[in-house]
Order: sequence, then C-alpha cells, then structure tokens
Amino acid sequence: MQNDSEYLVEVKNIWKTFGNSKKIIPRKLIRTNINARDRKIVAVNDVSFQVKRGEVYVIMGLSGSGKSTLIRCLLRLIEPDSGTALIEGKDVTAMDKRQLTEFRRTRVAMVFQHYGLLPHRSVLENVAFGLKLRGVERKEREQKAAEVIEKVGLKQWEKHYPSELSGGMQQRVGIARALVQDADLLLLDEPFSGLDPLIRREMQDELLRLQHEFQKTMIFVTHDLNEALRLGSHMAVMKNGAFIQEGRPHDIVMNPVDDYVKQFVQIARGVVKDSPDKKGKIRSLPRRASGQDEPIIVGFGR
Amino acid sequence: MFPDTCRFHIAPYIQDFVEWLNFICGPTFNAFSDSLRIMLINLEHLLLAIPWWLWIIVVTLLAWRMTRHPWKTITPGILIFTIGLFGLWEIAIETLAIVIISVILSLIVGVPSGIAMAVSDRVETVFTPVLDAMQTMPSFVYLIPAMMFFELGKVPAVVATFIYAVPPVQRLTNLGIRQVSTSIQEAAVAFGATSWQLMREVRIPLALPSILAGINQTTMMALSMVVICSMVGAGGLGEEVIIALNRIDVGRGFEAGWAIVVLAIIIDRLSQGVAQKWHIKSN
Ligand SMILES: Nc1ncnc2c1ncn2[C@@H]1O[C@H](COP(=O)(O)OP(=O)(O)OP(=O)(O)O)[C@@H](O)[C@H]1O
Ligand SMILES: [Mg+2]
Repeated sequence: MQNDSEYLVEVKNIWKTFGNSKKIIPRKLIRTNINARDRKIVAVNDVSFQVKRGEVYVIMGLSGSGKSTLIRCLLRLIEPDSGTALIEGKDVTAMDKRQLTEFRRTRVAMVFQHYGLLPHRSVLENVAFGLKLRGVERKEREQKAAEVIEKVGLKQWEKHYPSELSGGMQQRVGIARALVQDADLLLLDEPFSGLDPLIRREMQDELLRLQHEFQKTMIFVTHDLNEALRLGSHMAVMKNGAFIQEGRPHDIVMNPVDDYVKQFVQIARGVVKDSPDKKGKIRSLPRRASGQDEPIIVGFGR
Repeated sequence: MFPDTCRFHIAPYIQDFVEWLNFICGPTFNAFSDSLRIMLINLEHLLLAIPWWLWIIVVTLLAWRMTRHPWKTITPGILIFTIGLFGLWEIAIETLAIVIISVILSLIVGVPSGIAMAVSDRVETVFTPVLDAMQTMPSFVYLIPAMMFFELGKVPAVVATFIYAVPPVQRLTNLGIRQVSTSIQEAAVAFGATSWQLMREVRIPLALPSILAGINQTTMMALSMVVICSMVGAGGLGEEVIIALNRIDVGRGFEAGWAIVVLAIIIDRLSQGVAQKWHIKSN
C-alpha cells in the first residue's frame, strides 16, 4: 500500500456542531462550545492531531467536552461538518457508503463505554459478530473468536450470555470483539469508566499487556488523568470541543497550560480530593444532551 | 320534520362503484376468494384429522414445557375436553381455522409494514392515523367492505377479521424496532453492519419480544371477531351464539360462549408462554 507515512491517523480541522442550521461557523465567532444565539452546540471545534503507529493516544477532558463526538467522527458514526480524517492514508470523510462499510469491517475496531454487546447472543457469538458481518464462515470465525476469548481470560464463559457477566467481564468481551477484527487501529471510548477502581486497574494492565502482544495503535478516551498517565504515550486535553494542550503526558503534568489542565493534575494527585473546585466544574458533571451514552455514574457520589 | 323534497342518496352511487370495481377486478377477487376458501377447507380438514385426544395431549405437553406447574398443565386439557363434551368440537375447529388463516394474513401484512414504519418516518406518519382510525372503528364496519367484494361466507369473515386484527402487530413491530437501544445499534454499525444486516442481526431479534406481544394481541382480536363474523355467514361458534340469541336459548348460548373463551384462554396462554420463553433466553 501507499502508506509510507509514520502516522497511522492524521486528523485535520474536524468540526462538528449540533443544532438546527447546517452552516459552518467561522472560527473567530466561537468562544465557548455553546453558541447561544444560534442555539447551536459546537461539540468538536477545529481539532487536528496525528497518531503514530503502535502508539496509545489518549484524549482527555471533562464530560461534555466533545471526546465521544470526536472519536465517532473518525468512524463517521457521527458525520463531521467539515475537516478530513486520514487513516492509513485514506480519507475517511471522502468514502462512499460501500467503502465506509468495508473500512469499518477491516481497518478499525471500537470499544464502547456501555459495551454495546448483543444481549441475545452468547459471548462467543458476540466476539465473532464482526467476522460474521464480513462474511467469514461459521467454523473459522468461531475458532478465531475462541482464541481471542482465551486471551482475555473468558474461556469458560464462551457459551454464556452477556447479562450473566459482570461489567468487567462484559468489557473484556467488548475488547475481545475489537481484537478479533485484527484491525491496526482501536478506538476506545471510556471503556473502563463504568468499572470500579480495582477492576479498572486490572483492565488497564490487561490492555497494556494486550497492546504489547498485538502491537495495536489505540485512541483512548478518558476523563481520568491517572488512567491517561498509565496508558498514554501521547495525550491531548479537550475543553469545549477544542484541544487546549497536546503532548507527552509527563510534559502536560509538569507544565499545565492553564487552570483547567492544572485542576486535572491536582485532582489526579489527590490535592483537591474532597473539596469541590472553585467553579464547581469538575466535581459536578454537566447534564448531557447526547442520546448516545447515559451519564457517567463514576465520580458522582464520591 | 326534515323536508321530503330535500333528499339525496349516495347509496346507489356506492352500489354502482362496487359493481364497477367488481367488474374491473372481479377475476382477481374471485381468484383470491377461491384460493382463500381452498386454504380454509384444507386447514379445517387437517385440524379435524387430528384426533381429539391428540389435541389434548399436545396442548398438555406444551403447557407442561412452558409452565412446569401441575395445575396450569392439566387445566388446558380439561378445558378442551369440555368443548367436545358440549358437542361443539367440529364447530370450534371451524372457528379455529378462520382465526388461524386471518392471523397468518395479518402477520404477512402487519410485520413487514411495521418494519417499514420503523425504517421510515414518513411511512410511520402515513400509517399512524390509519391505524388509529382502524382501532377506534367499531368492528362491524369491517364487514361492509368485506361483504362488498366477497359476498357471504367464510371469505369475507377472514377478510374482515384480518383488517380488524392487523393494527396491534403492526404497531408493536414498529415500536419494538424503534426501541432497540441506540448504543447496541451503534456498536453494530461501528463493526461494519449494513442497514440490512443491522435490521436482521440486531433490530428484529431485539424487537422480537415486542413483536410476539403484538402477535398475541392480534390473535386475541381475531378471536373477538368470531361472533360478529357469523353475521356474514362465517359459521363456527359465532353462529351458535347468534342462533341462541335469536331463540333466546340461554343455555346453548352459554355453551358456545364458553367454547370461545376456552379457545381464547388456551391460545393466549400458549402464545404468551412462547414469548416468555424467548424473553428469558435472550436475557
Ligand atoms: N446527538 C446530539 N445532539 C445534540 N447535542 C449533542 C449530541 N451529542 C452530543 N451533543 C453535545 O455535544 C457536546 C459533546 O458531547 P460528547 O458526548 O462528545 O462529550 P464527551 O466529552 O464524550 O462527554 P462524556 O465524558 O460525558 O462522554 C455535549 O455538549 C453534548 O451535549
Ligand atoms: Mg463520551
């Protein structure tokens, strides 16, 4: 293939607004992500970034900062208003329906916060689902699925249904389902947000181990700096739909660019453990208008 | 008094229109009518060919598989036995055949159109008021068009029952598909499901409990048309009820009514059992 670039993912000037009118707002007009006059929400505000092969790229930000919208734009689960996303040198935003389906089936796989497993299918069938969509024969796909299920440590659960599994186990199924696709790029949208701290840490280790083994490129969304620090080789902090700081995790912790980033760092270090921050922004999660996910429960009652 | 000179009837025009329609589409109606009648007769023969005790055994076994409860297992069998006891066996089978054919027709039409409603908002906005109207209309009304085109007998009964019974399954198919969780659908799309695959692998299977509830309701509606349909000469248990009414024969009316209730209870229990079984499995 004609893919000599060291970058697997190149995203340029992605915009996404929610609201009634379709016209693109000039950059200068936008200060916050809520444009009151137009009754329009700018969910992703002119975002550009690049991800190298084999790297774990973490996107961090508070609830409502547009992380999910951005990551969904890369797969066109949400259509961006403008901008381009090159993945393996191919422009996702320019693909027609057939190319897009093919691209989703083979080049990239996604893990969701709410798992998105099929409740009427067993673990084995869930993991084999992507291969089934591709048209892989039953025997072959079940064999491949079984291999990956063993890798995520769910061998004896193959025949069970998702509702019989704990949250952590369900997310293992979600990860197995993504791994079996054998795509180079994995997109993970807060995969561990619904899990308790212990399981969460275990899952992070597991993900690192799998990353080591399979050498995937990952784009990982989280609102937890500790998680970002553990996993990320690169990270970006998002606020009101825009990237406000990007770089190596270590550098961001050492040199936060503004108060918003600083607050993240302090909370992660436990400095402002129980006192709410001055503006009450970090402690209270804003109400969400998105129909995609439910509000995140973690962090509410602590 | 309303002045006699001020009269206008549309009845002759409607009559003309129906005659014209019958003239134009007569062969089609006849072909449809004939094939429906043949299906009915064959089904009736088939149902009658099954000996009464086999019916009881089969229903009892099904009840056992679904409930695993001693009382709930033997009651359906006893109830069926009473139908024979009252001498209503053949007549009940006649009714059952009409109900089965009407329900099958309702499903053939209702499920696909329910799916179409779920796929397209425009189709939904067109169908919703029609379905509302159909459900508020008294069921007698459906006898009129059915009779217009298919005269008297079992065929207009099946047509009227079919029209009356379609709405629940169509509505619940639409509703069930629309209620499938967006996060599950999104995941399937992210893995490259086409809209057809999404429908077949995700939306319809997850809507199935709702669709089965719709089938159950449709069947109950079809049964409730039994008495009304006997007014166009459908025969069966409904006719027994009408005869009893005309003769003020309370006892006979009770027996026929009892048989209808028994059919309703058994069909309801069995179809609900299937729905529940499915629900448990998928959960
Ligand atoms: N379908 C939608 N219609 C309208 N507004 C939306 C829609 N989806 C998201 N938004 C808005 O876009 C903004 C960004 O939402 P997004 O879900 O991307 O945030 P997020 O960073 O993923 O938050 P979280 O951490 O809660 O998942 C929010 O203000 C949200 O209300
Ligand atoms: Mg999100």
